[in-house]
Amino acid sequence: MKKLSARRRHPLAAVVVLLLALAATGGLYAAFAPASKAQADDTAQSLAIDEGKKLYSVGCASCHGTGGQGTTDGPQLVGVGSAAVDFQVGTGRMPAQQPGAQVPKKKVIYSQAEIDQLAAYVASLGAGPVVPTKSQVSPEGADIAKGGDLFRTNCAQCHNFTGKGGALTNGKYAPDLDGVSEKHIYEAMLTGPQSMPSFPDSTMPEKQKRDIIAYVKTVNGSEAESPGGLSLGGLGPVSEGLFGWIFGLGGLIAVAIWVAAHTAKAKKS
Amino acid sequence: MSTATNTPGAAAPGNRKAPAGERVADWADGRLGIYSLAKSNMRKIFPDHWSFMLGEICLYSFIIIILTGVYLTLFFHPSMNEVVYHGPYEPMQGIRMSEAYASTLDISFDVRGGLLVRQIHHWAAVIFLAGMFVHMFRVFFTGAYRKPREINWLFGFLLFVLGMFTGFTGYSLPDDLLSGTGVRFTQGAILSMPVVGTYISMFLFGGEFPGGDIIARFYSIHILLLPGIMLGLVVGHLILVFYHKHTQFAGPGKTNNNVVGMPLLPVYMAKAGGFFFLVFGFIAIIAAIASINPIWALGPYRPDQVSTGAQPDWYMGFAEGFVRVMPGWEINLWGHTLVLGVLIPLVLFGVILGLLALWPFIESWITGDKREHHILDKPRNAPTRTALGVAWVTIYFVMLIGGGNDIWATHFSLSLNSISWFVRVAFFVGPVVAFVVTRRICLGLQRRDKEKVLHGRESGLIKRLPHGEFVEVHEPLSPEMLHTLTAHEQYKPLEIGPTVDENGVERKVSRITKVRARLSKGLYGESSQIPKPTAEEYKEITSGHGHH
Repeated sequence: MKKLSARRRHPLAAVVVLLLALAATGGLYAAFAPASKAQADDTAQSLAIDEGKKLYSVGCASCHGTGGQGTTDGPQLVGVGSAAVDFQVGTGRMPAQQPGAQVPKKKVIYSQAEIDQLAAYVASLGAGPVVPTKSQVSPEGADIAKGGDLFRTNCAQCHNFTGKGGALTNGKYAPDLDGVSEKHIYEAMLTGPQSMPSFPDSTMPEKQKRDIIAYVKTVNGSEAESPGGLSLGGLGPVSEGLFGWIFGLGGLIAVAIWVAAHTAKAKKS
Repeated sequence: MSTATNTPGAAAPGNRKAPAGERVADWADGRLGIYSLAKSNMRKIFPDHWSFMLGEICLYSFIIIILTGVYLTLFFHPSMNEVVYHGPYEPMQGIRMSEAYASTLDISFDVRGGLLVRQIHHWAAVIFLAGMFVHMFRVFFTGAYRKPREINWLFGFLLFVLGMFTGFTGYSLPDDLLSGTGVRFTQGAILSMPVVGTYISMFLFGGEFPGGDIIARFYSIHILLLPGIMLGLVVGHLILVFYHKHTQFAGPGKTNNNVVGMPLLPVYMAKAGGFFFLVFGFIAIIAAIASINPIWALGPYRPDQVSTGAQPDWYMGFAEGFVRVMPGWEINLWGHTLVLGVLIPLVLFGVILGLLALWPFIESWITGDKREHHILDKPRNAPTRTALGVAWVTIYFVMLIGGGNDIWATHFSLSLNSISWFVRVAFFVGPVVAFVVTRRICLGLQRRDKEKVLHGRESGLIKRLPHGEFVEVHEPLSPEMLHTLTAHEQYKPLEIGPTVDENGVERKVSRITKVRARLSKGLYGESSQIPKPTAEEYKEITSGHGHH
């Protein structure tokens, strides 16, 4: 103790004590403070809902009504569930820029935390499909071939064989699935945004949704392999025909012109 | 058979034995008569112009298609028996499919060089048809189909149409979801035929769609029937080209009775042989770079599945366009349904193609011209014909837009319905506009030619006259150019003459003659061509007055 008391007037003693005290209070708080999930769930949830409501009144209420009841400009949101919010806002479709045939995918303007708060608020209006967890949407271990079969039966008529997208009536369209995250594909199937029909778990179980996601991720996107060379957009005979005319025949005509321009010199001698 | 009188062992002592090559040639001549064939054909003259090589592109791609097609038949199983796939392509593992589809997957992933050969085969087909289209319109716009070449025009036309159907049957063989949709489309078109439709469908498919026969039947049609006929037509087409000799553009020294150019041997043998390898190499490069019909991504055909963006290959696209934009009309008569929404497109498909086939005969009937034509027209010198051709091509390409309306919609952010309406309107308006505009352009070019002949070409030199005026110096054209620009002949419109003779007796003029006279006026009347400069006009302007 001699040593310690001898140094109690050291210029740095106060700093050391302060640090110890801070560490002690911090440690004690960490030890005894209520775990946010375990004990104060309702508070955190209600906090998120409150925050979400604020975001909602600024960004969404003008079209969807102050309480999500819907207006002539936007549909009712009671019962659409957090999955719908996560999809629409998470892909940048909402807030919509302008009315039109279809609300397009664009830059996402809310952070994921804000989207979660919005989703919590909308979910609090009425029960609906819930945002899936990571394991629910993971293509790990899913059956790609089965997914392909399901995709061709349920999705290809609008989204094309490999999800390259396609046209619908009057300017509407089924978008290209390139770059759409697993979670958003899952949510789209679950909630059926815009012209898309919904595929709830009762008609398409979770396992099948994961098979489909695995298929889309295998055949679509920049990493998808194209054994035949350039995929030409994966659009089928229209782009192939265009390529054949312009580069195929066009190139051959160029070759023909070149050959014809290099005629035998015999005549000129 | 020039050596028929040789006696055995006739070689006199002292005569050296002929060289081996000559002996082989003698041997062959004794049996095949190659000397006289070679004598008449080896020095055959062909004129030089790049557009005369379009037909060569077609011929060579046709040969490439046959060569690669033979290789594909070694591995393809034209069977609709169901198998379960256990090959290397993971997204198809364990999927039920027809043997045809499975064997096409095998060709693509297991057979050595299979995918490349498949892609060469398919790209060559796309290019073959596109080449025939362009070749056909080269012939059309230069009037090369006129007597004596009308039959060869028909041969070429038949090759194009048969090529379309050979392509279609080949596209259907892999039994994938895309082509199966196309086969279903075809069945729908067959069913729309009044009275016989249902019977033809049952006969063709061996029962209800899709049945288990159609792939095997298409296989016979695709590899045997149609290519067999086409090969015969190609040979006939070439024999006729030899027999008629090739046409040439007008120019000094080129007349209707000669052909100016290079001999077949050695020049064209070398050029054509080299060009074949260039075409083969070029198509092989295309096939190595770009994917075509990636059937593994499409899945096997099942009647309960369909994909958007289901189009035929481009050459059937205009038929697809007709069906896509045609309103879905139908009428019920005595318990039978007449599906006009499909029947009318089917009829238009035939009529529009048929018009093209018949044009040479229509034109020669209007002109009444029975002479042979070996000098080609410049398109501008036949404004109405050129305009009609452009109108036809306009309809064709408008319908291609209709056939790909969904792709246009998604890639140009347009409404599918608006595109369909555009195509409907453009089907009627487009050819008229194209006709008028093309004719005006042709007449304008004729005026320019006339101006050039009479006043010379603009030299770009500005001269200041003593009184201060600036004028551009025009240089007279060379005699060769003058000849080339004035070599074409101009028809006079058919005159019926007075219908009442000097005695007041009415002369009977048949209605057909009147129609012919009117058409003739449309083709060659005052508003349809600019009278080319005469020698007198030229002399008057070039003598004395100087250029202005």
